[in-house]
Amino acid sequence: MSDNLKENSGGLEVSTSGADGYVSLSARRQSSGKLADAVFKGVSYAFALSVILLMALVFIVLVKESWLSIKAFGFSFVYTSVWDPVAQEFGALPSIYGTIVSSIIAIVIAVPISLGIAIFLTEMAPKRLKGPIGTAIELLASIPSIIYGMWGLFVFAPFLSEYVEPFLIDYFGFLPLFTGAPLGIGMLPAGFILAIMIIPFISSVSRDIFQMVPSILKESGYGVGATKWEVIWKIVLPYTRSGVIGAVILGLGRALGETMAVTFLIGNAQEIKLSLLDPATSISATLANEFTEAVEDLYLSSLVELGLILFVITFVVLALAKLLIARFSYKGGNL
Amino acid sequence: MRLHYQKRKLANYVALTVSVGSAAFGIIFLFWILKDVFTFGFAALNVDFFTQVSAPPGESGGGMAHAILGTLTITVLATAFGVPAGILAGTYLSEYGRKSKTASVVRFVSDILVSAPSIVIGVFVYAILVKPFGGFSAIAGAVALAIIMLPVVVRTAEEMLKLVPDATREAALALGAPHWKVTVSVVYRGALRGIVTGIMLAVARVSGETAPLLFTSFNNSFWNFNLTEPTATLTVTIFNYAMGPYEDWHQMAWGAALLITATVLLVTIISRIIVRGRAG
Repeated sequence: MSDNLKENSGGLEVSTSGADGYVSLSARRQSSGKLADAVFKGVSYAFALSVILLMALVFIVLVKESWLSIKAFGFSFVYTSVWDPVAQEFGALPSIYGTIVSSIIAIVIAVPISLGIAIFLTEMAPKRLKGPIGTAIELLASIPSIIYGMWGLFVFAPFLSEYVEPFLIDYFGFLPLFTGAPLGIGMLPAGFILAIMIIPFISSVSRDIFQMVPSILKESGYGVGATKWEVIWKIVLPYTRSGVIGAVILGLGRALGETMAVTFLIGNAQEIKLSLLDPATSISATLANEFTEAVEDLYLSSLVELGLILFVITFVVLALAKLLIARFSYKGGNL
Repeated sequence: MRLHYQKRKLANYVALTVSVGSAAFGIIFLFWILKDVFTFGFAALNVDFFTQVSAPPGESGGGMAHAILGTLTITVLATAFGVPAGILAGTYLSEYGRKSKTASVVRFVSDILVSAPSIVIGVFVYAILVKPFGGFSAIAGAVALAIIMLPVVVRTAEEMLKLVPDATREAALALGAPHWKVTVSVVYRGALRGIVTGIMLAVARVSGETAPLLFTSFNNSFWNFNLTEPTATLTVTIFNYAMGPYEDWHQMAWGAALLITATVLLVTIISRIIVRGRAG
């Protein structure tokens, strides 16, 4: 840092040959500096505002483009389940249902595992392992979602249909959730891949939050003879509750909007089935599959309205997550 | 009493085993995915892969050269659009806005945009750039990626600029440097390493994006040097090939998957090492 300063002050040296020269030069410098200051501040302010503007613009454009569909179907768009491009009849329920159910499956699988990872990394792992394991988990987050989708389709789906789904059908087939054929693609596989994708997010945010528990609290727990698990369950988790809930909701927000992995694995059927093994669809999968094929205005407009619904849902969910995590003054942007 | 003690010990043991198990679960999937991408991917790589354009459907051979070029073009363009804007907005947050109302709204909106569904950004860019101008284009794809990049760069730039101590700024100001000059030649220089790392991560992230490109840059089976024409990218090509019926296409898709994954992981790991070197 001091190097930078020295180099920088070099540029600021002014001629001191005569007192008059010094004054006029510095005055000139000052006025041009003021102008440059104003311009620089103005430009950076404009770009900062552009972020807000962008968000508003996305919303406005989506509403404008879906207006045709909003006018044609009104509120029934949200609760009808016919999606028939030929008859020009569109209802978003199967997509919305698929988005929500696949995300719930993802959360149910990912939350215990992520918390387990966060506990392992903060409370148990030896110092030497903390770094490498933490990095390995976070690398999972950097793999592009198309890779998850492709791997899911070619490797994981056959694995599921061969080993996991027949087992579920045999032993849990009495539940309506696990009936049907073991296809390897459908709601459950999509939810499972989503879970793997959001585990790094939830676990790294929860790890950061767990680290903020004052050690004096934990030490007083150990001091009265609590086991490690009791300290975690009765001190760490209650202390960090709202932050952890925020982390989970952040993961939910990610899962809701995830596109490529879901598109590969969900099966793309515009139906609502109770069984998690049957093919379904989600908002993002419908968009990815049908958007470029939509030639009629109403069809396109209905698809944009799906996008609008997804945007609004994720906005609400993410805003909630942000408010909850903010209470723990988590500094975002680690991933 | 003894039983109670043993029960607590057992619960402790079970819980700790479960959390070791979850860490193992995560790592197993990382290696499982990487193993498959690398083994299937390497089998598909050859000279044609890097020099030829795609073969007609059903015919064997062909390559991904046009898609590699497309991904490079669109990513570079997106970086050129997104990074300067993001750094300037981040500069406002860290140097001028700080605790102001505007700054906190910008932070809030950026954090939401970071996690906003990328496919919706694709729909948005389709509506503003593709539909009115009559066609898919590399530029539209780049704009979509730039929008996805922007909030990431804003937040990273702010975090990194904030790491420069205020005393340094004050020292430069006390020497008579105007505020903008302090920012450009003192604060930026101090935060350079962090900002470059952040940009690398953001570029890596968008280079693997698919969803926002589906309806913006679309796809193309041939070389394309015109920025206003549909352009192939590795990710969209993976999507089309993997969904397609031919074994050859699947092969090519694995090759492209390897290329993207290896690049993204490499950049991520390198930037982590840079950051760690700084902290240590």
